[in-house]
Amino acid sequence: LALWVPVVGLEIHAQISSNSKLFSGSQVQFAAPPNSLVSFFDASLPGTLPVLNRRCVEAAVMTGLALNCSINKKSLFDRKHYFYADLPAGYQITQQRVPIAVNGSLSYSLCVDNKMSQMVTKTVRIKQIQLEQDSGKSLHDDTRSQTLVDLNRAGVGLMEVVMEPDMCCGEEAAAAVRELQLILQTLGSSQAVMAEGQLRVDANVSVHHPGEPYGVRTEVKNINSIRFLAKAIDYEIQRQIEELENGGTILNETRAFDSKLGCTVPMRDKEGKQDYRFMPEPNLPPLILYDAKSLPANMNHQQVINIDWIHERLPDLPSVKRKKLVERYGILPEHSFTLLNEDGLAEFFESVVKRTQMKPKKVIGWILNDLLSYLKQHSLTVKESPVSSFLLADLLNLLEKKEISSTAAKQVLAELWKGEGKTPLEIVKEQKLELLQDQKELEQICQAVIDAQENQ
Amino acid sequence: QKVSVEVLDHLEHLALVDFRDSEGVERLQKAIQFADQLHEVNTDGVEPMDSVLEDRCLYLREDDVTEGNCTKELLENARQKVEEYFVAPPGNIPLPKLEERETFLHGS
Repeated sequence: LALWVPVVGLEIHAQISSNSKLFSGSQVQFAAPPNSLVSFFDASLPGTLPVLNRRCVEAAVMTGLALNCSINKKSLFDRKHYFYADLPAGYQITQQRVPIAVNGSLSYSLCVDNKMSQMVTKTVRIKQIQLEQDSGKSLHDDTRSQTLVDLNRAGVGLMEVVMEPDMCCGEEAAAAVRELQLILQTLGSSQAVMAEGQLRVDANVSVHHPGEPYGVRTEVKNINSIRFLAKAIDYEIQRQIEELENGGTILNETRAFDSKLGCTVPMRDKEGKQDYRFMPEPNLPPLILYDAKSLPANMNHQQVINIDWIHERLPDLPSVKRKKLVERYGILPEHSFTLLNEDGLAEFFESVVKRTQMKPKKVIGWILNDLLSYLKQHSLTVKESPVSSFLLADLLNLLEKKEISSTAAKQVLAELWKGEGKTPLEIVKEQKLELLQDQKELEQICQAVIDAQENQ
Repeated sequence: QKVSVEVLDHLEHLALVDFRDSEGVERLQKAIQFADQLHEVNTDGVEPMDSVLEDRCLYLREDDVTEGNCTKELLENARQKVEEYFVAPPGNIPLPKLEERETFLHGS
């Protein structure tokens, strides 16, 4: 059986979280009335010019630093030309020659054999991060043979993160993207919600025999979730292997992932290899960034971006947060992953720990086994939980003080889940779940049971 | 050196320009010849300049919402619209292949 080595690289577009667009002052907002968030520049009306948004540059620098990149103190803007109805200018302003950040890395973790207890850390190299414009949105109306164009998204700032082909399967790609998503959300540079198109991933896939040169690669687009990302990549790897084993060849083409059929299909509109005729953007001088050493003395603060200033203010990245959780609370590494994977869960956990005498190692069980499974069953986020951290802490205190048994505690939790506003103590009294501590009372009950038995 | 028919056809596809006649092509050839004179200069070790703006400061704008909300005005430019959307053909309509279109390029 011939051994195949799959090679997977990723191009990720993350929408920058900002009030206004990359080169214009129109608003960035999801699901607004069509063409209501469009300036004259976004519509490419003659006589308009791009003006760079400071916040977008800061977002890109933060992201570059978080991904261990070298930040280019001088980066350039270029035009990438192609015709499409949602690209009114006929070109996209991007950074092809010298992007804002290069040569970084991203570490992510995988479970070995689906066992959470065995995690391995992998690294993927980041080739570069560039600033570029998003295009508008095309709605295809096949029945009337027309396309409806909404330019609300045209000109929104994007960070394109290019990951080198260091991954070998869907699972690795999915884990890398998930970690990137968490980093972006922690930084606040992008909300990275895939469902709202704030994070878009294209995968480059090829296969080859070990020791031989890389095979022809295909580009897979139209992937709408991390789950589908893994599926699409694994399908494409299989498809290429089968094609090659049957004596066929792989075309250097762009394919779309069809989530309903679970397969990739060739994309219609891509006519052969594109020639984008890159040229420098004549309306924008080079973007110059400074650090503590090179800070100019007599320049307006608002016009200066200081890389070191941004570096000092970076929040704790997910990997650091996980480490701190493990060190501070003595929980297992895989627990820290689950805590960070669910929005608000780590904060919930820490809030409970603060308010209870129960050891964090015990609390974590209640958070991950009981609370989290309830949330999942009812498709609720942590914020939507009917049981607050205060209520759970009260409950765990009753358990810790041995006023109730753990079975009783689970019963109380089920009752609390109904969200009827009762406190744990009230429920315990209502359902008479208190543990009896009085020796004499216990003896009396036992004796009564024995007597009842004897009488039968 | 003449520009080949393949390159001219490629340019017409990419840029949707129409060289129209031999005069258009001649103009292109002359422009290339003119620019080729740059090769006479030895630029070894010289950083290329791609903009006379290179010493200018790139102005940074504050992240405030200052524009937009002019749907009606923008749609006045549209030949066809549907409920505040611009209407476009279903996809790119590529220029027909060289063999299939009427162009003087056949003759050259």
